[in-house]
Amino acid sequence: GNGAPQGPAPPLGLRVPCGPWDPGARARALGSGLCSRSHPPAPARPQAPRPLSLSSRCGAERRPRSARLRSWPARGAEPRWVRAGLRGGAAPAPAGASSGASSGGFTPCLSFSPAGLRRWLCSAAPAPRVCVVGSGPAGFYTAQHILKHHGGALVDIYEKLPVPFGLVRFGVAPDHPEVKNVTNTFTQTARSGRCGFYGNVTVGRDVTVPELQQAYHAVVLSYGAEDNRVLGIPGENLPGVYSARAFVGWYNGLPENQDLKPDLSCETALILGHGNVALDIARILLSPLQLLRKTDITDSSLAALACSKVKRVWLVGRRGPLQVAFTIKELREMINLPGARAVLDPADFTGLESAVKDASRPRKRLTELMIKTALEKPVEMQAGAAGAAAPREWGLKFQRSPQEVLPSADGSRARGVRMALTRLEGSGDSAKAIPTGDVEELECGLVLSSIGYRSLPLDPAVPFDSQRGVIPNSSGRVEGVPGLYCSGWVKRGPTGVIITTMNDSFDTAQSLLEDLQGGVLDISPSREGFGLVESILHSRGVRPVSFSDWEKIDAAEVARGKAAGKPREKIVDPAEMLRIIGH
Amino acid sequence: MPCWAGLQQDPSTIPLSILPSCFPSLLPPSTPREAVLLWFFPFLPPILPGCMYKCLIKLSLHQRTAQGTGSRMAHGILGLLRPLQSRLSASRTRLVLLCAETEQHQGPARGWAERAFSSTHQDAPGESSSEDRVTVHFINRDGERLTTTAKEGESLLEVVVNHNLAIDGFGACEGTLACSTCHLIFDKDTFQKLDAISDEELDMLDLAYGLTDTSRLGCQVCVKKWMDGVTLRVPMDVSDMRRQLEVGKQSKQ
Repeated sequence: GNGAPQGPAPPLGLRVPCGPWDPGARARALGSGLCSRSHPPAPARPQAPRPLSLSSRCGAERRPRSARLRSWPARGAEPRWVRAGLRGGAAPAPAGASSGASSGGFTPCLSFSPAGLRRWLCSAAPAPRVCVVGSGPAGFYTAQHILKHHGGALVDIYEKLPVPFGLVRFGVAPDHPEVKNVTNTFTQTARSGRCGFYGNVTVGRDVTVPELQQAYHAVVLSYGAEDNRVLGIPGENLPGVYSARAFVGWYNGLPENQDLKPDLSCETALILGHGNVALDIARILLSPLQLLRKTDITDSSLAALACSKVKRVWLVGRRGPLQVAFTIKELREMINLPGARAVLDPADFTGLESAVKDASRPRKRLTELMIKTALEKPVEMQAGAAGAAAPREWGLKFQRSPQEVLPSADGSRARGVRMALTRLEGSGDSAKAIPTGDVEELECGLVLSSIGYRSLPLDPAVPFDSQRGVIPNSSGRVEGVPGLYCSGWVKRGPTGVIITTMNDSFDTAQSLLEDLQGGVLDISPSREGFGLVESILHSRGVRPVSFSDWEKIDAAEVARGKAAGKPREKIVDPAEMLRIIGH
Repeated sequence: MPCWAGLQQDPSTIPLSILPSCFPSLLPPSTPREAVLLWFFPFLPPILPGCMYKCLIKLSLHQRTAQGTGSRMAHGILGLLRPLQSRLSASRTRLVLLCAETEQHQGPARGWAERAFSSTHQDAPGESSSEDRVTVHFINRDGERLTTTAKEGESLLEVVVNHNLAIDGFGACEGTLACSTCHLIFDKDTFQKLDAISDEELDMLDLAYGLTDTSRLGCQVCVKKWMDGVTLRVPMDVSDMRRQLEVGKQSKQ
């Protein structure tokens, strides 16, 4: 303990007081240091596992002999004082706040003792080791909850990319920086001594789930949804048709979508879907450039949007206004977007005022806002404000189901979409759209299908429900596989905002803690944790990225963004990320 | 360094001697140093005079104070010693408690945990001006009642965070109206006297679990003098409701 904490002002919301923790404390405790020899850049990962040799360890963090051979405590574990850090919530009750459970007499529970002392005194069992696969909000909230409510557990988070935070970094729109404040609490969790972060490790390829189950007492799968649902209509693969997931990944700097190069040279864009992702894309397409320039949107997408000719965006959905999936905050933002005009057909909203009279408050307010916008006369825009050009437009179209994407004359790109008009059967969320037989054609050059994300199976050892696209589970416990848990979108399906994922992750963490307490999760066999995984990764030529490495990448991104007046300039090439940290 | 990291590094200055004598069976030594600590120090209390205890504690606390953890250590020692008053002589205990208490207010507050604690120590009754402190009660999801005093003008989110109250997942977006995790339920009278709610707050509240007619977001409500003694409830979340349902189902079977 020799460092004051670096970094920004205290993050609110995190209940794990990690104190003045030096991010490198854990590494230093193990006595590791970087190899001082210089090396050529790391070769591409070989397909066959390579034998472990001295050369393969060069450049790796080497642990001194004494740390490796130490038998007391268990090999590969950090010293106790690093592990048994402070517990949030179980911190000594400050004088100002009294919890109901204060005990004045002599009790073994030691409610006023320093937390680490309590752990030192009360446990002779080995520390439970938990592995979390995925470093998005689901992974971090699960880890946070486990660390907070179990004074001795050690949690390791694995991530396939070199950079953490998942959809908070790659899914949240660039003009919503407040939502990204959750990364502050994730950073504190990752910096705590009992949490390890290992990026650049693809579970399922670099290390399998059975191997993780050998190394850890419990494995939590929080790898989210990396694929999207397909429309299943002819013409879907024409140039000009993209999935919303790929488009969002493109402007948010997700490495695999950087080659998207969407064609923005048409005037009309069609977005299929009535969710928040659809509204996000519409807003990014129509936002004035000077607003986007100050966000962390990637430079290349900013350049593409500067040349964009898109003036009109239609959001098309199969069902009616009472079934829209977007939320009122995003709709309000769209209505108030400078330089853009909302075009809603009042005919779509006749009779709805009375229909929502008894609906829940969120649905009622959302529908009322849509009705109000539809009935409002369009405000005459001043010549100076919007410039000489007509304002951009966006609108909602209801009860239209896409049947075919129509190709242009030479068949080289999309030129429009044929849609079947539908009628609704039933009401509320369970209403079904039935085609009436009538069709309508809408001309457009850009089609974005925003009909939902989808999870993919990770490993043959993990059961997967392909129909629903989730891992079968009950309260986060994977069915049929003891010691395996899941949280986040891969558990519940790809819907919801951060609070949904937070509650869901706490639910899984609670199940895991209950299993630990009840003995269902057996922690008597001592597991090596990352010690075992490290040797597996070495043998496969994989070099994990630590959290302090990510902080170097983070600092580089922030420094590059400063010059342009952006919060950060995201690095989109994983090879460049690895070069920055010297891998 | 955690405050008690020093335990391993400087065993001779830690007044842990009391503990081994109480329940040695709970102390599995994991290093040779710990084994020495365990077996040697039970013999210390009768041997050392009271003044040496004072010096030991002052020494250890000054060390910790340099890292800003003195106040935490002081509380820890207070807590340890209180139940054991009968074992030590009264005078010795008084000395120890005196030292521990005087150490509370020393030490620079560094790191946000220390900052949290030092602000709490300012709240300790009798030690600061109580005219502008407002007492607020929170009932968290486990039914625990958490009481704290807040400064007028602080938002309820700041109160929860600064006083490190045991409420899971509170204030994810740090007060920027981008989530609904600081959702609190007020009683009817208090709710009606609050400032008008904005559209933006209503929009985010729409997404909250367990929404009631007297719900507000904690980051938008500031503590006022007339709120002295108010009780706020943290609503249950979906997983809590799901668990309740499961428990109900099991009890019916």
